[in-house]
Amino acid sequence: MTTTNGAVREPLLEIEALQLHFKTRSGIVQAVDGVDFQLPRNEATVIIGESGCGKSSLAKAILRLLPRNVHDFSGRVELGGEDVMLLNDEEYRRHVRWKRISMVPQAAMNALNPVLRVGEQVAEPAVVHLGLSKDEGLQRALETFAQVGVPADFLHRYAFELSGGMRQRAIIAMALLTDPDLVVLDEPTSALDVLTQANIMNLLKRVKKESNTSFILITHDIATSSELADNVAVMYAGQIVEVGDAASFFEEPLHPYSQKLMASVPRLSGGDELEFITGQPPSLINPPTGCRFAERCPARFDKCDQEPPIFYKGERWVKCWLHE
Amino acid sequence: MTSTTLGPIPVALASPSIPVVDPDAPLLSVRDLRVWYELKRWGFAHAGDVRAVDGVSFDVARGESLAVVGESGCGKSSLMKAILGLNTPTAGQILFDGRDVSALRKGDLKWFRSQVGYVQQDPFGALPTFMNVKRILEEPLIINGVDDPVERQARIEQALIEVKMSPPAEWLPKFPHMLSGGQQQRVVIARSMILGPKLLVADEPVSMLDASVRVEILKILRKLQEEHNLAVVYITHDLSTVRYFSEHIFVMYAGRIAEMAKVDDILDDASHPYTLALLSASSDPDARNALVQREVPPGEPPSLVHPPAGCRFNPRCAFAMEGVCDEREPPTVEIKDEHLVHCWLYDKEVMGDRPLGVPARKELVDGKPL
Repeated sequence: MTTTNGAVREPLLEIEALQLHFKTRSGIVQAVDGVDFQLPRNEATVIIGESGCGKSSLAKAILRLLPRNVHDFSGRVELGGEDVMLLNDEEYRRHVRWKRISMVPQAAMNALNPVLRVGEQVAEPAVVHLGLSKDEGLQRALETFAQVGVPADFLHRYAFELSGGMRQRAIIAMALLTDPDLVVLDEPTSALDVLTQANIMNLLKRVKKESNTSFILITHDIATSSELADNVAVMYAGQIVEVGDAASFFEEPLHPYSQKLMASVPRLSGGDELEFITGQPPSLINPPTGCRFAERCPARFDKCDQEPPIFYKGERWVKCWLHE
Repeated sequence: MTSTTLGPIPVALASPSIPVVDPDAPLLSVRDLRVWYELKRWGFAHAGDVRAVDGVSFDVARGESLAVVGESGCGKSSLMKAILGLNTPTAGQILFDGRDVSALRKGDLKWFRSQVGYVQQDPFGALPTFMNVKRILEEPLIINGVDDPVERQARIEQALIEVKMSPPAEWLPKFPHMLSGGQQQRVVIARSMILGPKLLVADEPVSMLDASVRVEILKILRKLQEEHNLAVVYITHDLSTVRYFSEHIFVMYAGRIAEMAKVDDILDDASHPYTLALLSASSDPDARNALVQREVPPGEPPSLVHPPAGCRFNPRCAFAMEGVCDEREPPTVEIKDEHLVHCWLYDKEVMGDRPLGVPARKELVDGKPL
């Protein structure tokens, strides 16, 4: 990978052929089915997709926070050159989760334990994963609170005494506490009010600029995604169908699904007539062979019955026969 | 298919006492509405009031769509419940077709409920899980005295076709859990339309849906509104959907109206500092967004038990003037035809020689380079 000025962008995370299938009563759900993408160091990639496309499962697969009904979990996940899929669960827990990759879960503001003081919880990853004493951990939490704009005395408060925005900041502080290489944010702002949302995005932008941390931001809100994105990955029915840099993606999405999705975003500036995508995403239990979007695609042709490979267009790529 | 349309149900069945109304008068008229919730200490002693809605007035004409925009806790849900007759106003009046909603009893109340449709935010929560689509849509008709099963069936089918669920026969036997979120919301809309209402109250009807479905639902609502000359009160926190759906809009903050205008005037020419903050915080998809810090007012919305004196936004406002904004209620200034702003920055006397309004508005909305 190279940037426009020719400098080599070293990938922090490389994912290849990642699969995460679940066993359910009605069959095998192929929630993540052959995902490839790379995340350059100190950049933010947003993963956009509708509900049920497998984006949260992808986050769970990267962090290995797996439920019990996993049927198949395979592929290659390289973090800074090391294939972390080769580690067993215990090694992964000790050396990777929190230390190198941390996560802000969905509805994070409700993730705090109501009977523990906020500070104790936020300090915990430092105590458990970095081996700091409790006091050192609290000191660390205090520094991180300052970084994310939470007043110092909130360390000794309980979750219910904090507003939604402040709780979200506290959780983000927790994710940054161990100074990880990568933070995975799963819908970090979807339950918040517009102003609070803008505040949190301001904060993430600042943290990204000031630290060496990379971000994966998972969201269904395309306008919000553009607030942080260096790169955009579009997910549909368990697969990533398009990856590109934010500037060219928002200017001109390549995949018909991305184009339709962008055309469905209401704009403050008004403009074009809004479109919607007819039909439903396919079931992930028996996904269609060939292109998974074909059934709803306005540009469908004969070739779409075969599964499209990745077609490169400069730095971008797309899984669609139109770009062969 | 019969040629039944979703007209109002027969008057004789609907209301025992329909008054003669002026067709040019507003359909819904809210006059200085206050909805306060009493706080009690020890279960009986008065300990203050939560002033959820505190002096709100507006009109909705027949066939007009009005958007109410505000953050959670600004009082928009209390306002909606009062309009639906679920909350009794503490003070002020809500007139529907010239009749005071809170004074309606029994038969008149039933008539009122048949005239006002309600589209809930969470479609799955709003549909009874143990009823199929047919039963869900049939119940309001049975309750309101449509005794002929053939007519009921025709109305149900018509309602489903209007929300683009055709052929109806395919959907009638389905239960809510068998439908996707968008389909559930369409059933909710069909139910709200089945009695042929004149007013629809839509409470964030698309906020729980995916982007691609959202547009479809908004288009269905828009079409129904135009075809049936429906008045719609559209409650939302999302400014970006407003332009596609409503003609008029007001922005609510801490129980009061901050700014009221035509939608285009608000989006292109927002004038209240709070509206500007909302606009600055919302964005269209654009890679350049990642390069700016948004201008967000500090702090949080105030307590509605002890709201700040003067303008309720003054503690967070970058342009607050000491001795004015924190002491005196802001005036209502009509800065343009039908464009009302409740803000001292537009008061000629207070501003004196200084230019009226918020300085550097465009920079404020665009944000600061990171």
